[in-house]
Amino acid sequence: MEQVTPDVPIHKDRTRTASSPLLKTVKRNWDLYLMIIPVIAFFVIFAYLPLYGIQIAFKDFSAFKGIWDSPWVGFKHFERFFDSYYFWRLIRNSFLLGVYSLAIGFPIPIILALMLNEVKSNRFKKFVQTITYAPYFLSTVVIVGMLFIFLSPRTGLINHIIQAFGGDPIAFMTSAGWFKTLYVFSDVWQTAGWSSIIYLASLAGIDTQLHEAAKVDGATKLQRIWHINIPGIMPTIVILLILNLGSVLSIGFEKVLLMQNNLNMSGSDIISTYVYRSGILDAQYSFSTAVDLFNSIINFVLLVTVNYVARRVNDTSLW
Amino acid sequence: MGLQSRGDRLVEIIIYILLALIAAVVIYPLVFVLSASFSKPDFVLRGEMWLLPKGINLDAYSKIFQNKDLWIGYRNTIVYTLVGTSINLLMTILAAYPMSRKDFAGRNFVMAMMVVTLFFSGGLIPTYLLIKKLHMLDTFWVMVIPNAVSVWNIIIMRTFFQSSIPHEIQESAMIDGCANWQILIRIVLPLSMPVIAVMILFYAVGHWNAFFNALIYLNDKDKFPLQLILREMLIQNSMKDMVKLTQEAVAKQAMSVEGIKYAIIVVANLPVLLLYPFLQKYFVKGVMIGALKG
Repeated sequence: MEQVTPDVPIHKDRTRTASSPLLKTVKRNWDLYLMIIPVIAFFVIFAYLPLYGIQIAFKDFSAFKGIWDSPWVGFKHFERFFDSYYFWRLIRNSFLLGVYSLAIGFPIPIILALMLNEVKSNRFKKFVQTITYAPYFLSTVVIVGMLFIFLSPRTGLINHIIQAFGGDPIAFMTSAGWFKTLYVFSDVWQTAGWSSIIYLASLAGIDTQLHEAAKVDGATKLQRIWHINIPGIMPTIVILLILNLGSVLSIGFEKVLLMQNNLNMSGSDIISTYVYRSGILDAQYSFSTAVDLFNSIINFVLLVTVNYVARRVNDTSLW
Repeated sequence: MGLQSRGDRLVEIIIYILLALIAAVVIYPLVFVLSASFSKPDFVLRGEMWLLPKGINLDAYSKIFQNKDLWIGYRNTIVYTLVGTSINLLMTILAAYPMSRKDFAGRNFVMAMMVVTLFFSGGLIPTYLLIKKLHMLDTFWVMVIPNAVSVWNIIIMRTFFQSSIPHEIQESAMIDGCANWQILIRIVLPLSMPVIAVMILFYAVGHWNAFFNALIYLNDKDKFPLQLILREMLIQNSMKDMVKLTQEAVAKQAMSVEGIKYAIIVVANLPVLLLYPFLQKYFVKGVMIGALKG
């Protein structure tokens, strides 16, 4: 028993006839199991039970018959989606938005952290951190509300500036072409500071002796950043890159939905907003579940692939 | 120390300048909103206010104080945040403590069961159908139960319990005949105040800012949280303005709506922004603890 659970006190007076060690541990820790029961119940009900409902993607769901008794229809809903006018538009928008976000949003926090790490004045560092973390706590609704206010063609600050330089006002929020840029850069504004924390933590773990040694050898600051700091945080970068690449197609749906309107739809409609529209608003339960499932499968394949490649190339992986 | 080369000095100066610029870009919109909310709307809307309030006036605030929807939303959000965060905290502790114990047989299984949910979910419609089946649509509970606990936060708290509570204390309590729940309440929790603070803040900000569950599951306007009301006032109104700004009268009315939006943003974010500077170090601590394991 001591071997199985080295951390528990040893009962000197235990009898040789005791039941199996596992059973004994369970018995002694009965209250730990009692504690975790509500949590397990929660996950079973709210995370695992919905998995059962995925079958309606292959059925014609009707509320009267319920999930189980609705008739099977095979891949009908998938075929309808693949053949629909929206299919390529949704794929293109989801993919471009994901890649654009990643290309801009991923490196900026790293650069920010590398710069903050060089600041010797603690007060200045703290000041910049306090400011750049702040927008993270604003709600998506407020961020999008601010976009509307600042970019309003008549009253917005940005268009006042454009006009001051002699340009014509631009209707940013109703333009399909501007949508992705606005999405990506407002996201950078909101989250770059916060995302840099994890890299700062990683930078703090780098051995200062490396820097001292490099200084003695005459390395410049940029050389030390390039050859010590960046390799030092590489494992963190790779892990986060895997996670981000794996979720390229499951981009922040709330914000897209809030920024979306009839006029910018051709540039802003992505798979998840389409699922919301066809499912919740139009009540096509089976069809939108099929679209959602298709999206999840693509995401999962992406994550597994990226993880596999990273393991082969870099020896770093999630599992 | 004094051996810095001129090149290094230059790099350092550039870094300081860049960081100052970044800070300015981040803070400017926030300062602008705050100043605009105290200014005479005409100046703001014509683009004559740049940084500091111009033509100080509190009309916007007195207008929104009379807006019943906003206050109902405010009240609802406060209630959702208080009740929701309490449930979150309880559930997170109940999950994290057993899983922090090496002698808790089955911890790997429970962990796997939770992590799987990060990658696989039923998706929007199956979850919606479940909530409907549970008769939770349009109830108070739909705002606090389906998001009762977050796997990430369980991991953060478990990591804290494992790494920051000396194991010997728990062991000696066990030898003295303390039951596990007594150890949790008398020994572990009092030593865990930093992580509890982090959890409260993470969950509370989440509830304060949440709008998606409300959008999908609530119909009754009296139950709407603040964010859903804000969406109507800030975003849907903007869309209306853009569509119909032909008539002079309509345009004028739109201008006055435009003017109070700044004040709405300030009021909606007040609690978070007032607390933020004091709580910042806890948030950062939370990310750090999470990063160790994540």
